[in-house]
Amino acid sequence: MLNDNRIRVIIGHYGSGKTEFSINYAIQLAKEEKKVALADLDVVNPYFRSREKHGLLEEHGVKIMSSYVKGSGSDLPAVSADVLGPLQDKSSNVVLDVGGDSMGARTLGRYREYFVEGDYDMFCIINANRIETQTVEGVLHHISSIEGASRAKVTGLINNTHLLRTTTVDEVLKGQRLCKEVSEALNIPIKYTGVIESLVNQLPQDIEGTIMPIKMIMREAWM
Amino acid sequence: MDKVLMKGNEAIGAAAIKAGCKYFFGYPITPQNELPEFMSRELPKIDGVFVQAESEVAAINMIYGAAGTGARVMTSSSSPGVALKQEGISYIAGAELPCVIVNISRGGPGLGGIQPSQADYFQSTRGGGNGDYRHLVYAPASLQEAVDLTIEAFDVADYYRNPVIVIGDGMIGQMMEPVEFKEPKKRELPNKDWATTGTKGERRPNIINSLALDPAELEKHNIKLDKKYKEIEKNEVRYEMYKMDKAEVVMVAYGTTARIVKNAIDALREEGINAGLIRPITLWPFPNKAFNEIPDTAKALLSVEMSMGQMIDDVKIANEGRLPVHFYGRAGGMIPTPEAIMDKVKEIIGGGK
Repeated sequence: MLNDNRIRVIIGHYGSGKTEFSINYAIQLAKEEKKVALADLDVVNPYFRSREKHGLLEEHGVKIMSSYVKGSGSDLPAVSADVLGPLQDKSSNVVLDVGGDSMGARTLGRYREYFVEGDYDMFCIINANRIETQTVEGVLHHISSIEGASRAKVTGLINNTHLLRTTTVDEVLKGQRLCKEVSEALNIPIKYTGVIESLVNQLPQDIEGTIMPIKMIMREAWM
Repeated sequence: MDKVLMKGNEAIGAAAIKAGCKYFFGYPITPQNELPEFMSRELPKIDGVFVQAESEVAAINMIYGAAGTGARVMTSSSSPGVALKQEGISYIAGAELPCVIVNISRGGPGLGGIQPSQADYFQSTRGGGNGDYRHLVYAPASLQEAVDLTIEAFDVADYYRNPVIVIGDGMIGQMMEPVEFKEPKKRELPNKDWATTGTKGERRPNIINSLALDPAELEKHNIKLDKKYKEIEKNEVRYEMYKMDKAEVVMVAYGTTARIVKNAIDALREEGINAGLIRPITLWPFPNKAFNEIPDTAKALLSVEMSMGQMIDDVKIANEGRLPVHFYGRAGGMIPTPEAIMDKVKEIIGGGK
């Protein structure tokens, strides 16, 4: 069960695995809830955005919203007004997949009025193998710059430490140690641990938060 | 150092700094923006300088000037931006200055689109600038290779006093992969006694120039440059052969496309169809000699590209009329699938019976 507040904002450094986590999470959520919408708010990255997988998401019952400019060939920082619909509809479950870094998090300012305590969660995805989020100081700086740009508070951490298909259990545990220190420093819980599907059965007992098996959806088999 | 996960554009920037690049001049364009962004953040930390120029033309001429001082310099852009740099590249080659130019290429012609493409093969290997000049072109197929080749590019540029291009389709710039930064193997590099570093009244001024008023002098310069290019052709060719054993169809592909082709080859071999790959790592000089290593079992060559077939000419030149040459490609930012490549191979084998 994904017992989070109705609006879930997913933030993190680019390359942390935000989009993979968001898509996997939304698909899981759609198995439990009727109305699930995923908004691709990425105005930073030109490739690997969740809008590329709209067909797959719709098959799973996830409504996808992104730019009002159709096609993957646009790098205009444009977000559709459609995003407001599910945010205002109290019976909708919303996942906001926010583009890289504090620059991308500026899009969230527009939706500030919907980030009411108890109605939203903002999860920060942490990959301890990304150069700028390898240390506690790095992660804290990252979180504070995103909180500043979005004017919303992070409510949970997600350990998503990986090296793509070469991820090992040790990598996951390295990320967990980092997340625990950040968790203690900020008094925010570790809500999920994102792990590539093939590793799930090898994980030890003491994994923090709910384990979210990650299917690599954005990454083609040849990558 | 442990492996870190990096985006291609960042990894190339970090590799350049590792290689001693101190100065970067560029102008933004998708899909390479993370590279100048990275340099703008990192270069000031090492007493380097980042300048966002007013255009690509300005940026390449800043490279021309900075390279003349003997410093390690780099610029980056994407297809139409690199088109704008061609005049400056010709001047730099004429004046024999070392520099590294990165092209994270996208669909064309014209402004084209922002999705990955390999339609700058002609631009890179034939040159869009004027005159008898050539430059080395590295085409990495993974981020680790992009890192290694970028580091090496600075040495090679210094060694030959020549611009070096590192070309990756947009996918190489945008994708994430684990990379590590290894110490490069050292080349013996000549002193930069040609650099404009100030005479201090102790020597005659060094002059950086690509203008010649006397045709006989210019011809002498052309012959000297040509000798250098032949030297590069002899020494710097780089390629990979993949699963050539008993190959019936030999594919030729570089960069991202080579990765997809490798997947197709693995799947074909599981079905009992023997295919192999020649992967040029240098697009110029083209690995002609790899074609002499093709096994007797080969019935056809297949050039696979993210373009309408710009590499076919080089494949035909290297092939010297020995085997029929086929082509499969996607263009405009579309990426070939392993399945479509497999179908093409089956069609060629079927048609040959």
